[in-house]
Amino acid sequence: MFTQYIFYFLTVMALFSAVMVLVSKKPIHSVLFLTLTFFAIAGHYVLLNAQFLAVVHVIVYAGAIMVLFLFTVMLLNLNKDERSPKPLWVKIMAIMAGAMLLLTLIGVFRGYDIKTVNDPLTTQIGLVKELGRILYHDYLIPFELSSVLFLTAMVGAVLLGKKEQINK
Amino acid sequence: MSTLSAIPISYYLVFCSILFCIGVTGVLIKRNALLILMSVELMINSINLLLAAFSAYTNDPAGQIFVFFIMVVAAAEVAIGLAIVVLIYRTTHSIDIDVLNKLKW
Repeated sequence: MFTQYIFYFLTVMALFSAVMVLVSKKPIHSVLFLTLTFFAIAGHYVLLNAQFLAVVHVIVYAGAIMVLFLFTVMLLNLNKDERSPKPLWVKIMAIMAGAMLLLTLIGVFRGYDIKTVNDPLTTQIGLVKELGRILYHDYLIPFELSSVLFLTAMVGAVLLGKKEQINK
Repeated sequence: MSTLSAIPISYYLVFCSILFCIGVTGVLIKRNALLILMSVELMINSINLLLAAFSAYTNDPAGQIFVFFIMVVAAAEVAIGLAIVVLIYRTTHSIDIDVLNKLKW
């Protein structure tokens, strides 16, 4: 019963701050609300007993990605209203399109249920020990290749962010 | 145990669908490139949570490994995306995506 209340609380928090990301006028408020959403989702991971994912989620999203977003907002001095918001009919159409997609998804998922093998609160698969063993045994090659991906992304970001001095 | 019946998997399905649709709506209504990237992050997170939920409910750790790799790719994607946004701002002095219509015709 207690977990159910936590679930509802985290869900309401995540959905409210996700809506506020879109509603708030200043980009920096959107970034902060997005951080709140990420923390709520981290709470959901804890609720599923996926402790490794919860920690990684907080480090990667609330730590790295949000700092990147905040830096970009402050660096570009974007902390002002959007210059020319889209016309009202475009917004209404967009919201209607989103609602249609939601309706379709819920229609698809309605009545769907899987045979739950285990209780998510007592499952052991989300622990660091278990996931680390699988990651280093079965998924070693993708894990190592992701370091190459990160290196490429880092070089690319530096190269893109560099001021052009060649060909001048 | 009462927790098994407490939170059915369909709750996660509905919650993640709503979060995903909020992200889709954000991509559609915003013209700030930064906010569009943030909406994409919202969508990625809803899918991640759903994968983790199914993984925990079916006792299959492959789902959580997959979420981990998605996070890796998302981090790289955001780094590159924000570099591109900074580059766009430097050339057009705006991150309004409607300015970027040179490839339209």
